[in-house]
Amino acid sequence: MSKLNFDWKPLVLAPLLALFVLPFIGSPSTWVTLTVAGLAMGMIIFIIASGLTLVFGLMDVLNFGHGVFIALGAFVATTVMGAMGDWTGSDQLWRNLVAVFPAMLVAMAVAGAVGLAFERFIVRPVYGQHLKQILITMGGMIIGEELIKVVWGPAQIALPLPDAMRGSLYLGDAAIEKYRLMAVVVGLAVFALLAWVLGRTKIGLLIRAGVQDREMVESLGYRIKRLFIGVFVVGSGLAGLGGVMWGLYQQTVTPQMGAQVNVLIFIVIIIGGLGSTGGALIGSLLVGLMANYTGFLAPKVALFSNIALMVAILLWRPQGVYPVTSR
Amino acid sequence: MSQATQQHDVLLSLTGVHTHIGAYHILHGVDLSVPRSQLTMLLGRNGAGKTTTLRTIMGLWHASQGQVVFDGQDITAAETPHIAGLDIAYVPENMGIFSDLTVKENMLLAARSAKRVQHMDSKRLEWIFKLFPAVEKFWNHPAGKLSGGQKQMLAVARAIVEPRKLLIVDEPSKGLAPAIINNMIDAFAQLKQTGTTILLVEQNISFAKRLGDHVAVMDNGKVVHAGTMQELANNEDLQHALLGLAI
Repeated sequence: MSKLNFDWKPLVLAPLLALFVLPFIGSPSTWVTLTVAGLAMGMIIFIIASGLTLVFGLMDVLNFGHGVFIALGAFVATTVMGAMGDWTGSDQLWRNLVAVFPAMLVAMAVAGAVGLAFERFIVRPVYGQHLKQILITMGGMIIGEELIKVVWGPAQIALPLPDAMRGSLYLGDAAIEKYRLMAVVVGLAVFALLAWVLGRTKIGLLIRAGVQDREMVESLGYRIKRLFIGVFVVGSGLAGLGGVMWGLYQQTVTPQMGAQVNVLIFIVIIIGGLGSTGGALIGSLLVGLMANYTGFLAPKVALFSNIALMVAILLWRPQGVYPVTSR
Repeated sequence: MSQATQQHDVLLSLTGVHTHIGAYHILHGVDLSVPRSQLTMLLGRNGAGKTTTLRTIMGLWHASQGQVVFDGQDITAAETPHIAGLDIAYVPENMGIFSDLTVKENMLLAARSAKRVQHMDSKRLEWIFKLFPAVEKFWNHPAGKLSGGQKQMLAVARAIVEPRKLLIVDEPSKGLAPAIINNMIDAFAQLKQTGTTILLVEQNISFAKRLGDHVAVMDNGKVVHAGTMQELANNEDLQHALLGLAI
């Protein structure tokens, strides 16, 4: 979107939500803790959702199997980090990072490779058929979960934080978990990279154009199916990365974790506007903040709160906060 | 094939092309020849099959029967990106502008050989800016904010951002003000002078008369007349018979 025409209103939603709940929470230190936790959760959800929204935007594919890449990434991380126990058990941050970084890379590579096969054998036969897409991708996720059980077993596995990433930093009375700060940093780095690719490169330009009108992109001589496969693989890889982050956030992984996060991701991409990466970021932050605030203030409505948030946003902007034109 | 087109080297030809869209049989054996370096007008009433013909040429819908040959290559079953890659530029009826992208980004996207604006042919850009000043004026503006006429100028500018062997444009004058139509006519006249082969679908007969070298008239999914524009313009009976009006 051009700077000359930038729509700033959605950007104030997250700060408004944060300020709105401050009087209800009462304690500023608790508010800071919850807000950082919400931002961290939001950034992890963004990493996962960014690929899915582009997949939908580019090829109109509803991939309900995206969650399997999250679980796969998390399980791969348990193996990689489990094999690097000396490094994760160290109290030196750099040694911890040397363990976490390869776990992220391997998780992304495995999720991306499985994503390539998923696109070829599950998604491609049902292009343009939404109902079949929903059914077959959900089926693909179930199969994926079962395959994860075959490899790693059906029980949940612990994915403890490396030693130096545990604990909190203190800002006055507010405790801020170190890992959550790290999650925010990684999320921002992924967003910056995506923003650069989408905004500054020809591939990004093609993706943005393809989201609006794929037929015209093909008429200009570009093979959008190849582009879509690339986006699908990258989106799967990012979901794998998000799975590692989410697993470390929860400190346990289960084969069903992807299905649980799936609901949040779809809320995020609907709030953001299908196909909009910027919208996915706004939606992720709102969902992360809302989940943490309501979890503290009214745990019984925490599950419902994000649905209510989505309804409220859609009443304001029925196509999401940053609707993609021409769709 | 008419005698007039036989005298020119044919760049694009359709022979007995049938196209089905779902259960509907739209084209019923289209025969069309587009001579090289000439401007061919495709005329006809609404629903005659003009847009379907263009979309079939571009591979957006595939012919169920017949043959489409471009520059000696059979493209009947080819995919759209391959066809466009043979140096065919296409401007659809809805213009196909990417509304969320800027004018600059729309142009860069069409320049397949350029990765950045700096890599685009600056002399050609200057020529395009002279043809369509609005493109330069709104260079950094979102294309979605342009008026209908400006969008049409951008759509044509985008199609000619790099030299192409064939330019296909679907109803360039549709919904435009007379002053902008004149601007568009001037632009196509200049394009003709560069030797670009052009295939235009038009309903605006005055537009067609001022630009066309050759003409093909469609009705009920077939080409029912092909010849020179001058021949059609000079024959009122033929105009009435084919189009129901006089040029």
